[in-house]
Amino acid sequence: MLTIENLSAEIDGKTILNGLTLSVGAGEVHAIMGPNGSGKSTLSYVLAGRAGYEVTGGSVTFMGKDLLAMAPHERAAAGVFLGLQYPVEIPGVSNLLFLRTALNAQRSSRGEAEATGAEFMKAAKVAAADMNLDFEMMKRSVNQGFSGGEKKRNEMIQMALLAPKLAILDETDSGLDIDALRVVSDGINRMRSPDRATLLITHYQRLLDHVQPDRVHVLMGGRIVRSGGPELALQLEAEGYAGIAAEAGLSNIMDAAA
Amino acid sequence: MTALPTLLPTRRDEAWRYADLKTLGAIWPARQQQVRSLAGAALTLDDRITGNGWTDERIEISVGEGGSLTGTIEQAMDADGVTTQLYAITLAAGARADLTLINSGGRYGRLALDISLHEGATLDLGGAIVGGSDQTLEIVTHVRHLGPNATSRQTVRAVLGGTAVGSYLGQVAVARAAQKTDAEQSFKALLLDRGATANAKPELEIFADDVKCAHGASVGELDKLALFYFESRGIPPKQAEALLAQAFVDDAITRLPEGDARAALLARLASLVSAR
Repeated sequence: MLTIENLSAEIDGKTILNGLTLSVGAGEVHAIMGPNGSGKSTLSYVLAGRAGYEVTGGSVTFMGKDLLAMAPHERAAAGVFLGLQYPVEIPGVSNLLFLRTALNAQRSSRGEAEATGAEFMKAAKVAAADMNLDFEMMKRSVNQGFSGGEKKRNEMIQMALLAPKLAILDETDSGLDIDALRVVSDGINRMRSPDRATLLITHYQRLLDHVQPDRVHVLMGGRIVRSGGPELALQLEAEGYAGIAAEAGLSNIMDAAA
Repeated sequence: MTALPTLLPTRRDEAWRYADLKTLGAIWPARQQQVRSLAGAALTLDDRITGNGWTDERIEISVGEGGSLTGTIEQAMDADGVTTQLYAITLAAGARADLTLINSGGRYGRLALDISLHEGATLDLGGAIVGGSDQTLEIVTHVRHLGPNATSRQTVRAVLGGTAVGSYLGQVAVARAAQKTDAEQSFKALLLDRGATANAKPELEIFADDVKCAHGASVGELDKLALFYFESRGIPPKQAEALLAQAFVDDAITRLPEGDARAALLARLASLVSAR
C-alpha cells in the first residue's frame, strides 16, 4: 500500500530524513520508534505534504500513485490521514463544521455523493461516543480549550469519520492518561481492517501493549536502522536506543538525532 | 467629529487621517448631508446602505432610560459608492445598545459612531471590515462615558485583500464623573495580500480615577499551520482559507442573526479569498 524508497528530506536546508526505506502492506500495523529528533515527525509531515518539508530525494508510492506529486488535500482524499502530535486549535470553526466540510470535500473529490446532514450527525455521534467525548464538545471550536487528551481523542474521531486507507498517527499516545490511552488504543484497533494500513509513530512501548504491531522499525539519523517484530519494541524498552545506535554506526545517541 | 466638517477634511484631522480624501475631494462640493432621527425606549436599527452614489447621513438616535437599541448597519455599496455615515447615539441611564456594523462595499466606506453613555448604560459593538481591490473602509468610534458604571465593548475585525485599506479609529473619553467605567476595545486585522493595509488607532482620554479601560490590536496573516491542518483533512486550500477568514470575523458578528446580512458577509469573504 505504501512504499517509501530512499527518501531524503530537509527543513530550512537541514537534512532530516536521509535515505529512508519502508514498505507497509494493506492490513498491517507498523510502529516507528526512535529517539527525539530522529526524524519521526518529519516523516509524518513529509507523507502528509506539509509546506516547508522539502523532499530532496527518493520516492513515495501510495496505492500505486506518486504520493509526493499530490497536494495535501489530494493525499487526504486518496486516503492518507495524519493524526497530529499537537492538534491545532481553530477558534471560530466548530468541530462539526470542520469535519463535515472535510468529509464532503473528500467525497466530492472522489466523485462520491456528499453526506446528508442527518447521515453526518449520526456518524459524528457514534464516533464521539466511541471516543468517550461529550458530543457538546463537537459543537465547540476545533480543539479550543480541549485538554491534551481531548485533542488526541478528537483526532481519533476525525480518523473514524474520514475512514482513511493509511493512518499515520504521530505520537497519538503522548499526553494521554491510562484510561484515555485505552480508549484511543481501542479506537485504533477498531480501525484495523484488511484494506487499511496504520503507521504508529511513538516514543514508548506502552501504546504497543494495547495495539499489537505487525512490524517495528527503529528510526535514527533519518533512516530506518533496524526492523523486527513486536519483540523489538520490548528490547528497546529494556535496553534503550544506545546499543542500536552503535550498531548502526552512529557513534552516540546524540548523533542519532539528525 | 460630532458633526462632519463643512470643509473637506485634511490629513491633519486625526479622525480623517486614513480616509480616501481623493475620492471625497472630487464629490465634496455637491455634499448634501441628510439628517434622520430616532427616539424611544425599544429601538431597532436595520440600515442597509446600497447603490453607487454617495450616502451621507447624520442619524441621531436617542434611547430612553432603561431602553434598548438593537440592530445592524450594513454598508454594501457598489464599486464606486461612497459612504460617510455618522450615527450620533445617546444612551440614557441604564439603556443598552447592541450593534453590528458591516463595512464591506463601495470605494470609500466610513461608518462613524459618536455614542454617549449615561449612568449604567451599556454598549456592545461588533464591527466587521471586509475589503479588497483599492477600497478604503473605516470604522470610527467616539465613545463618551459621561456617567458612572457604564460599560462599552467594541470588537472590530478586518479582513483585507488587494491594496485595500481598513482602519479602526476608536476614541474612548471618560468624563470626571464616570467612575467605574469599564471600556474595552479589541481590533484584529487579517491581511490576505502584501499590498493590503490595516490601521488601528485606539485613543483614551480619561478624567476619572477609578476606571478600567482595555485596548488591544493585532495585525496578521492566515495561520499556515491551521491551513495545513485543514488541507490534511481533505479541504482544498481556497476553501480552507475562506473558512479561516470567516472564523476570523466570528467574534465581531456574534450578535448578527442568521440571515441575508450574515450570508452576504460570509460570501464576500469567500470571494475575497478566491479572487487571489
